Amino acid sequence: MSQRPAPVVDGETARRRGYGWLLLVPGMLWLVVFFLIPTVQLFFTSLYDPSGSYELGYAMTWHFQNYPDAVRDNFDLFVRSFLYAGITTFVCLLLAYPLAYAIAFKSGRWKNFLLVLVIAPFFTSFLLRTLSWSAILSDQGVVTSLLKSVAILPEDGRLLATPVAVIAGLIYNFLPFMTLPLYASLDKVDPRLIEAAGDLYSSPFTGFRKVTVPLSMPGVVSGTLLTFIPACGDYINAELLGTTRQYMIGNRIQAAFLRERDYPVAATLSLLLMLVVVAMVVVYVRRAGTEKLV
Amino acid sequence: MTAGPGSGAVAGDRDLKLSRVTKRFGDFVAVDDLTLTVPEGSFFALLGPSGCGKTTTLRMVAGLEEPTAGRVSIGDQDITGLRPYKRPVNTVFQSYALFPHLAVFENVAFGLRRRGVRGVEERTEQMLELVELREYAGRRPAQLSGGQQQRVALARALINEPRVLLLDEPLGALDLKLRRQMQIELKRIQTEIETTFVHVTHDQEEAMTMADTIAVMNRGVIEQLGAPAELYENPLTTFVANFLGQSNLIMTEVIDPSGHTVVVDCHGQKVAVVASRCHTQQGRGWLGVRPEKISASAAGCEDHADVNVLTGGVVSDVSFVGVSTQYLVRMPWGQELMVFEQNTGTRSPLTNGDQVDLAWSRDHAFLLDAEQDAQAGVVREDGS
Ligand SMILES: Nc1ncnc2c1ncn2[C@@H]1O[C@H](COP(=O)(O)OP(=O)(O)O)[C@@H](O)[C@H]1O
Ligand SMILES: [Mg+2]
Repeated sequence: MSQRPAPVVDGETARRRGYGWLLLVPGMLWLVVFFLIPTVQLFFTSLYDPSGSYELGYAMTWHFQNYPDAVRDNFDLFVRSFLYAGITTFVCLLLAYPLAYAIAFKSGRWKNFLLVLVIAPFFTSFLLRTLSWSAILSDQGVVTSLLKSVAILPEDGRLLATPVAVIAGLIYNFLPFMTLPLYASLDKVDPRLIEAAGDLYSSPFTGFRKVTVPLSMPGVVSGTLLTFIPACGDYINAELLGTTRQYMIGNRIQAAFLRERDYPVAATLSLLLMLVVVAMVVVYVRRAGTEKLV
Repeated sequence: MTAGPGSGAVAGDRDLKLSRVTKRFGDFVAVDDLTLTVPEGSFFALLGPSGCGKTTTLRMVAGLEEPTAGRVSIGDQDITGLRPYKRPVNTVFQSYALFPHLAVFENVAFGLRRRGVRGVEERTEQMLELVELREYAGRRPAQLSGGQQQRVALARALINEPRVLLLDEPLGALDLKLRRQMQIELKRIQTEIETTFVHVTHDQEEAMTMADTIAVMNRGVIEQLGAPAELYENPLTTFVANFLGQSNLIMTEVIDPSGHTVVVDCHGQKVAVVASRCHTQQGRGWLGVRPEKISASAAGCEDHADVNVLTGGVVSDVSFVGVSTQYLVRMPWGQELMVFEQNTGTRSPLTNGDQVDLAWSRDHAFLLDAEQDAQAGVVREDGS
């Protein structure tokens, strides 16, 4: 974290490290059993021969051609997933930053109450909440008729079964995942630093830009990751609020695994999604340079 | 009354003035109708115990707190309503408040960059040179020692060449040795650049060694303002008498206030005090004498013209502290007085139970209003 000169490792710290290492064991075991082994299993499944089927069984033929085939067949789904997840993350950031800022700095004794409100949606099921959005955005719903009456939406326009509905659902569902990390890092910003910036010729806005924003970067990074990664793989919102024309890669994987039982395709797509997301995250975290912060 | 460059008989055109400034937090009055002039270019100390309103006063000058009433001005410019970033004033904060995400260099350059001036790089280099932190320019504040952080905070404020530099207990977090070193350093820098320094501290020794002028503050008001020696030799209140150094305060009755010296009755013995140091003219009053001004000698010494003598003391405690010996002497009326004597080695020390007379020059006592608490401002051993 900090960049102190490396301490000399004497006997005692070395021994302490030996014990500290033990703390990793339970978590490591968990990850090996429930993540590493299944992932390896998934990798093997993705190389099964595509000519097989659920009923007849699959032959392991190290069929790497599954990967280019999956990309070719589902390219538009991948693009749409990253596009929707990207828009969702961006809009969530725009909505959550002022919200988290207000809770951290301006809410006074309402702070805890407002935080409870942020997580209150989690008290009901994800499915139920998304279903109620389909009622909110339905063709006969209040929102649609209101937008029509002020001519934002044309007479024959609709919200449900459009990209707007899917993205709105994603934003709604992932907003708390953006808000909470942002709040956590903004709440840690020492108000005396903002005063110091004011003393050093920064207007409130400049002080915000030069002190508050950089110090909240860890929250921005973790918030965007916590939003973008699950949004990429989400299929509930597209399923309930969209049509096949709004389907995301998650819908395809779900269908391949559960309906078509085409395991090689499902495994290939899962691993591809994972690889692309990990690659994007690595590039992003590098560029955001969080390791330099605090 | 005050020394320091730039302060003349007429008001300087960049003096810092607080006029009838009051700050209330709800019902609590933190600063009470305070009026103060800090001459341009002076090293001014605001001295008082914790919680007396020093920080609040500084924050009102910096613009971080708005006065409930009163005006703040620098020279002809009224800055009372000005936002902090528009004031020609910079602060060295009590906690330093260095930006943790910026390297030392960028911390120091921060103010210049915000004002968009030219030559930021060179000026920052020079400033880092001045505070001897050049080789630390690339480090983060968290990687510096307390003393180094303190110097970054100083450089970050000074580089803006403020008309007034506000320092809020800047040395409070440092250990004693480093503090003494930094006191000298700060004084040197102030003399060099001739900027007005307003230095807040609760350490009377620090205030006395550094400042041209000290304002002693207590419970939101200024008890007394003046040069260190003046405050020490001629305090106006028991609070100042006790807070700056130590004092023996003896209850007396004024007999004759008419002459060049005021004669008081001290439990049956007559004592004279120069009139200019008498701050009460009739009735009862606290006679104050500094412990190091008193000499104790074996009973029976003859009376001098210019010397006050109290007879009938008995040494009740002796503590040897190296450079001096500190005695407690029990007087006939039961009070124990402190007497400090330099260990010059010219005379053998007194011991417990010795009968002594106490003597001091008439110039070295003061007389204070008896209405005040004799314990006000006493600094206890534990530092509270
Ligand atoms: N924002 C505030 N709200 C309420 N009371 C305050 C506030 N700031 C300071 N005070 C009170 O005002 C008094 C003076 O505080 P301060 O100026 O910080 O004292 P000092 O710096 O001399 O130790 C203290 O009793 C403190 O509790
Ligand atoms: Mg303070």
